[in-house]
Amino acid sequence: MRRRAQKIVLRFRRRLDREVEGKMEILSLTAVELGKKIQQKEISVMEAADAVLDRIEAVEPVINSYVTVERDEVRKNAEEVQKQILSGELSGPLAGVPVAIKDNMCIQDHLTTCSSKILYNFKPTFTSEAVLNLEKAGAVVIGKTNMDEFAMGSTTETSYFGPTKNPHHVGHVPGGSSGGSCAAVAAQECFYALGSDTGGSIRQPSSFCGVVGLKPTYGTVSRYGLVAYGSSLDQIGPITKDVTDCAVILEAIASHDSKDSTSVKREDYTFTGALKNDVKGLRIGIPRDYFQEGLDQEVKSTILGAAKILEEQGAILEEFDLSLVQYAIPAYYVIASAEASSNLERFDGVKYGYRTESYEGLHNMYKKTRSEGFGAEVKRRIMLGSFVLSSGYYDAYYLKALRTKALIKQAFDQAFERYDVILGPAAPTTAPELGKSLSDPMKMYLGDIYTISVNLAGLPGMSVPVGKDSRGLPIGMQLIGNSFQEKTLIRTAYTYECATEKKYEVPAKLAVENGKEA
Amino acid sequence: MGNIISDETIEYVGILAKLELSGEEKEAAKNDMEKMLDYIDTLNELDTTGIEPMSHVLPVHNVFREDVVTNGNEREATLANAPARTEDSFEVPKTIG
Repeated sequence: MRRRAQKIVLRFRRRLDREVEGKMEILSLTAVELGKKIQQKEISVMEAADAVLDRIEAVEPVINSYVTVERDEVRKNAEEVQKQILSGELSGPLAGVPVAIKDNMCIQDHLTTCSSKILYNFKPTFTSEAVLNLEKAGAVVIGKTNMDEFAMGSTTETSYFGPTKNPHHVGHVPGGSSGGSCAAVAAQECFYALGSDTGGSIRQPSSFCGVVGLKPTYGTVSRYGLVAYGSSLDQIGPITKDVTDCAVILEAIASHDSKDSTSVKREDYTFTGALKNDVKGLRIGIPRDYFQEGLDQEVKSTILGAAKILEEQGAILEEFDLSLVQYAIPAYYVIASAEASSNLERFDGVKYGYRTESYEGLHNMYKKTRSEGFGAEVKRRIMLGSFVLSSGYYDAYYLKALRTKALIKQAFDQAFERYDVILGPAAPTTAPELGKSLSDPMKMYLGDIYTISVNLAGLPGMSVPVGKDSRGLPIGMQLIGNSFQEKTLIRTAYTYECATEKKYEVPAKLAVENGKEA
Repeated sequence: MGNIISDETIEYVGILAKLELSGEEKEAAKNDMEKMLDYIDTLNELDTTGIEPMSHVLPVHNVFREDVVTNGNEREATLANAPARTEDSFEVPKTIG
C-alpha cells in the first residue's frame, strides 16, 4: 500500500515538474517568439498569462517590480484576446503576449499611481495612447510597474511602494526611474514592458538589468496619458529581451496623435525593416568625453570591447570630442525641475488622489495635501523648479539652461555630420547597492551624465546588454542616433546581437522560490 | 559659487510651490538648493551671448484644428476620483467668507 502511495506521489510530482518546466519554457521565449507560438496555437494566451502570473507570485516578494497586478482581470482579458485570435480579428506578432506598463501611463479604470502617495487611489478615465496602441495589437496588460516617484530618481528607491530589487543581484538597485519595468523583463515577470525616459529612465535601468531599452526621438510615441514630469523631455519607449522585440514593439506604439500637440508625423514607421545584420561602412563616433574620469574601468573595457566587435563587422570607429558633456546635467535639472514644478501643480487634493485629513481653508488644504502626498525627491525638484522660474531668477537660470540646451543640440548636430551612430556607456557604473544613493542626490544626478544630453537634444538612444562586471551585474552599451534615425540604432544593435549570438541577453538567474531566496 | 538661500527665500519658494515644510525640512531644502545652484552656476562658464533659448528641439508650428467635441458627458467618471464631492461637483473648503 505504502509503495503504491509513493508511486502515485512520484507520478504526481513528475507531472508537476513537467508543468513547471513547461511554464519556464514559455517564460524563456521572447515576445515575438511567444506571439508566433500563440498564432500557431502551440501555446494559448491563457497559458502564457498564467505562466507570467505564477512567476510573479513566486518572485514578487523579493523583487517588487509591480505596484499593481490584477490576476482575475488579466485572465479575463487573456480569454477575450484568445477569442479574437481564433476568429482572425487579431493576427499581429504581439497578440496575446503579456506586457507590463510603467505606472505613470494611464489605463482606464485601473490604478495609476506614479508610485506616489498623492495618487495612491487614482483610476484614470482614459487610457494612454501608447497602451491603447498595444491593446489594439492584442497585448495582454499584466500589471503596472514600480518606478521612482513621478519618474524622479535613478534607483526606483523613491517609490512610495518600496524599492524594486535588481534581479541579477538583489542587494542592488535596478536603476530608474523605469526600474520596475526593467526588473520585470529581466526576472521574466512579463515578456516586455513600456517605460518612460526623461533623462535616461529607460536606458540606465535597462543597462543595470541587462535588457534592451530604447528612447525614441521626441515626438515619436504619443505622450497622451503619460503623467507628465518634464514635458519637453519625456518619451515612452520599449524595454525588451532582445532587439527584434524592441523593433516590433516600437513599431506598435509609435503613432502620430492629434491629442499630443508635440506628436510628430513621421515618414517611416517600419522599424522592423532595420533588423539587418549589416554595419559595413557605418561610421561610429566614440566621444572621448564619455570615457574620462568617473567611468568604472570594467564598464569602460567592456564598452570598448563591444565597439571592437562592431568594427570587426565592418563599422568604422573614430574617437572624437563631443564637448559640453559636463553642462548637460545642470541644464537638465533646471529645465526638468521647472517643468515638473508646473506639471505637478495639478496635484492639489481637489480632483483626484490623496487629500489631507484635517485642514483650515483652501490654501492650507493644498499645502498640507501636497506636503504629505509628495516624497522628498519630488519636493526637492518642485522647490528648485519654482525657484528658477520665479521672477528675478528666470533669466539667470531658466533661460540660461535653454541656451545651453541649444548649444548641446548644436554639438550633436555637428557630430552627426560625421557619424551615423555615437557609441558609449549608458551609465558610468553598474547598479549601485540598495540604500547607498539617496543620501547624496548630487552624486546620484551625476550617474545620468551619458543619458541626459540625449533628452535635451530630443535624440533617440538605446541601451544594449554587452557584458557583466566581476560581481555579475550587467553592463549596457548606449547607442545614440540623429533625430528620426532609430532604424540605424536598431540595425547596429541587431548586428551586435548576431555577432555575439545573444550571449549577453540572458534573463537573471534568480534563485527565488515561493518568495524566498534559495 | 557660494549661493546662500535665506529664510525669506525658502519661505517664498514654499509659497510658490504650495509646500509646507517643517523647520528641519526647510534647513535641508536650503542646503540642497544652495548645492544645486552652485552646481548650476557652472553654466556661467559658457558664453551663450546671441544664442536663442531653445524651448523645442524640432521645428514646430502651431497645430490648428476645428474645435469639435469628441468626448461625451464624463461627469460621473471624473467625479468618481474626487476626494470629496457633492452630487455634481468637486467639494472644496469654503473660500469666500
